[in-house]
Amino acid sequence: MATARHGTADGTDVVFHVHAVSKTYQTGDVTVAALRSVSLDLAAGEFVVILGPSGSGKSTLLNILGGLDTPTAGDVRFRDHWLSQAGDAGLTRFRREHVGFVFQFYNLIPSLTALENVILVTEIARHPMDASEALRRVGLTERRNHFPSQLSGGEQQRVAIARAIAKTPDILLCDEPTGALDYPTAKLVLDVLAQVNQQLRTLVAVITHNTAIAAMADRVVRLRSGEIIEVTRNAAKARPDELEW
Amino acid sequence: MAMLHRKLARDLAHLRGQSAAIVLVLACGVAAFVTMRAMYLSLLRSQATYYARYRFADVFAELKRAPNWVAGRIREIPGVAQVQTRVVMDVTLNVPGLREPAVGRLISMPASESGLNALFLRRGRFPEPDAPNEVIASEAFAAANHLRLGSRLQAIIRGRWQQLTVAGIALSPEYIYEIRGGGSLFPDNRRFGVLWMPPKALAAALDMKGAFNSAAVSLRPGANEAEVIAAMVRILDRYGCLGAYGRADQISHRFISDEISQNRISALIIPAIFLLVAALLVHLSFSRLVSMQRAEIAVLKAFGFTSRRIAIHYLHFSLVIAAAGYALGCAVGWVFGVRLAAVYAEFYRFPLLVYRPEPGVFLWAGIISAGTAIAGALAPAVRASALPPAEAMRPEAPQRFRPGRMDRLNARFHSAALRMMLRNVERRPWRALASGFAICTAIMIIVVEFGLFDSLDRIMELGFRDAQRSDITVTFNEARSTRAAQELARLPGVLASETFRAVPVRLRFEHRSRKTSLLGLSADGRMRLMIDQEGRRARMPPDGLILSTTLAELLRVRPGDSLQVEVLEGRRLVRRLPVTALVDEPLGTSAYMNRRALSRMLAEGALVSGAFLQADTSQQQVLYQRLKNLPAVAAVTVTRTALDSFRETVDRSMAISLWTLMVFAAIIAAGMIYNGARIALSERARELATLRILGFTRREIIAVLLGEQALIMAAALPFGFLAGYGLLALLAARLHTELYRMPLVLRTASYGWAFVMVLVAAVVSGLLVGQRIARLDLIAVLKARE
Ligand SMILES: Nc1ncnc2c1ncn2[C@@H]1O[C@H](COP(=O)(O)OP(=O)(O)OP(=O)(O)O)[C@@H](O)[C@H]1O
Ligand SMILES: [Mg+2]
Repeated sequence: MATARHGTADGTDVVFHVHAVSKTYQTGDVTVAALRSVSLDLAAGEFVVILGPSGSGKSTLLNILGGLDTPTAGDVRFRDHWLSQAGDAGLTRFRREHVGFVFQFYNLIPSLTALENVILVTEIARHPMDASEALRRVGLTERRNHFPSQLSGGEQQRVAIARAIAKTPDILLCDEPTGALDYPTAKLVLDVLAQVNQQLRTLVAVITHNTAIAAMADRVVRLRSGEIIEVTRNAAKARPDELEW
Repeated sequence: MAMLHRKLARDLAHLRGQSAAIVLVLACGVAAFVTMRAMYLSLLRSQATYYARYRFADVFAELKRAPNWVAGRIREIPGVAQVQTRVVMDVTLNVPGLREPAVGRLISMPASESGLNALFLRRGRFPEPDAPNEVIASEAFAAANHLRLGSRLQAIIRGRWQQLTVAGIALSPEYIYEIRGGGSLFPDNRRFGVLWMPPKALAAALDMKGAFNSAAVSLRPGANEAEVIAAMVRILDRYGCLGAYGRADQISHRFISDEISQNRISALIIPAIFLLVAALLVHLSFSRLVSMQRAEIAVLKAFGFTSRRIAIHYLHFSLVIAAAGYALGCAVGWVFGVRLAAVYAEFYRFPLLVYRPEPGVFLWAGIISAGTAIAGALAPAVRASALPPAEAMRPEAPQRFRPGRMDRLNARFHSAALRMMLRNVERRPWRALASGFAICTAIMIIVVEFGLFDSLDRIMELGFRDAQRSDITVTFNEARSTRAAQELARLPGVLASETFRAVPVRLRFEHRSRKTSLLGLSADGRMRLMIDQEGRRARMPPDGLILSTTLAELLRVRPGDSLQVEVLEGRRLVRRLPVTALVDEPLGTSAYMNRRALSRMLAEGALVSGAFLQADTSQQQVLYQRLKNLPAVAAVTVTRTALDSFRETVDRSMAISLWTLMVFAAIIAAGMIYNGARIALSERARELATLRILGFTRREIIAVLLGEQALIMAAALPFGFLAGYGLLALLAARLHTELYRMPLVLRTASYGWAFVMVLVAAVVSGLLVGQRIARLDLIAVLKARE
């Protein structure tokens, strides 16, 4: 197990460069440093798990990677996209073309069926996969015509994953995707993530409070108080069904 | 309690956009009410004051000639308070700067101290009693012809040109509207004006020394007008009485009263529409507010606030908005009223038209505003107060969507975004209906306003272009032989001519009667046709009367009924004639007869009253000059200029209300679309933020949000058109004054304007809402549970 102060992806095909990124929030007189000079490289096809206590800056980092937020200082580059300098239109295009998101609270569109939620994305993507194919991958072909209110939490989360992968994104960012799920359902969801990572060579980054999940990762990034305190590389990745918690 | 007030203030600040929209719509309603209602009352008051202060007479009589001592006999009629006898005569005028001849009505100047129909002297002075050629000109005539003190006119008096000098400019309660009568329908202030002369000078000029041909009397309180009229007719009969009539038949009074009462109706309908929409807006916004504040309501209740207190809090909130709308509406209404009064003062020619709204109007406006707000907020407030605290703490049940009725339709649309819109509309049908209703209303208002213009255009087309094919109508001062007409036909520039016979008559049926001019036309005439609303030409039957539908309705006669016709000139025959046909003419209250039958009835030879001429425009100048110099000619009417003056009258009185209503309708549409979009935005912020995260651009989000409003708008559009058409049809059926009957005409362009206006309103609201979307916090959405 190798340990490094700053994460590097060991050579091949680095797509994400994060260099000395800081994010501070100013509310009135109080300044909160959510990230302090974080540097990290991520490679294509990697499975990265981000761990850390609450308030350590995990979501902030992920949001910056996903082009939802911009850093206060430092550089973020995805291939030829300079995210730290991009404006709203540039970030929107970046999200549209490259990023898939999965959130703790699913965020499905209540007025659209499972299939339609996926179609919503395939309509605007450049190289989408077939919407039914995306649903098949998460094992929800049967429930395609159900509205979110007719699905369980785990099923909703799988629809959210289908929606995220349907555009065949380069990066799949998941913020506590299993946070609201029970043990067996969480495993199902993780299994889907692992499959996407392997079969589509998608770079997957997962935030979790569940340290057991770290065993699935190629690399594990640990944050504390807005700083990366440790990056570890797993010699062998565990399969989701091998995880126990 | 102070905290609740603070909450109210914060909520207001938070909802400022929506509150502003409600305030604006409400303010429109209040402003319309304050302007129109107060204007109506001001007009009534001004009219009454004017009549009282300048002693407008109650009964009028016209006759050939009676010696002055007959006035004493009229004075003895029971119920008569005051008598005024005078000489009235229409003469041809040559007005500087006017090519065609004008008609001047010379009237003996009333005694200014105590006489009836006193003049309000605007400028200048009253002429010396013996001055032979000084006149007072009516203000409208002077203004239209740019006459000033000292300006000179020439009049043909007893066959000779006479010089007249304007010594003063005045207003008269008898000629608020200056209409010549006898076929002419509109004030044409350039070509017809009243001139007052000292009685002595006028009598001398017209060879009426010691005699009068017109009388006006005022009545004592409680006097019976009909009896006085009958008594006057009896006394004046020997002197060639041409009829006596009350104020109801006095042209100026009738028109002015018609106009004023139209204000009364619009002062009710228009504000009502706006207030209804305002109440809907309040309802929608507050329903949303209450569901957004469920948790807050629960906390308040948990802390011991009573249900009543909570309901009052929301009502209070709505009243604050109402107060703002009320204040703004009153201020705008007042400013509008003052400006409108300036326009009306010119239009109505009252010596004093002050827009001074009474406190009662503001009081009513206040009650109405509060009522509107409460009507809108009551249901949501009650719902808030009825929420059990525990229930309120839970988030509102998640939105449940099921395959809906529209889904079959949906299958054809492949865009997921479009499906979202459709399902959202379908899920809240009442809200969509309310929005649709408001937009429908806005469209209706515009369609009706433009439709009124279209219809008036049509009236002008029918009345002037189709019915009057001649360029010039020449009227003789009395019936002449056909030789006079032949003389006209030989004038330079006259291409064709056709004579007519017209006699003043009183038509009587049962107890109803009407003074009008009976026009004898030849069956094969080509220059003056009887054209109905549909533009069809009515045929002239060999005998019997043809009445315009308006006149027939006034007298309540039908074809086949037999009328008493009292001829008001010559031997003043009285005959009974059947009504053979009606013609649904858009303009005026005319009566027609076959030329031959008329001659037969009058037992006269081939006499003519005048002629219709078609003229060569290049020779107009010479023609007018020659006409001015023909002593037999009493009046020259140029079709083209009559049309222009009608158009001007209409445009002036309608343009203001048109533009005001356009702006108001735009506010309704924009207010509703904006509010709808804001409510949707607040309900679906999470959903929209998610779309943004998924990579939808800002513009695409706006499209999704406004698309819903656009759908509603698209659905409302045909209904708005239909409602507009329906209302216009209703107006057309009910709104016929004696001046015109409104045909139902609505041009495609009018629909187009309504559409364009609503579109502009939608775009403006879209831009406003777009700013909000730019501020959507994407990350906050991810942190919260739905
Ligand atoms: N909009 C904001 N304004 C002010 N401070 C913020 C804001 N967003 C985040 N923070 C602060 O930044 C720090 C990092 O927040 P972040 O959401 O990244 O934590 P996290 O690691 O995801 O925590 P958790 O595991 O609880 O989700 C926290 O201290 C938080 O209070
Ligand atoms: Mg987080």
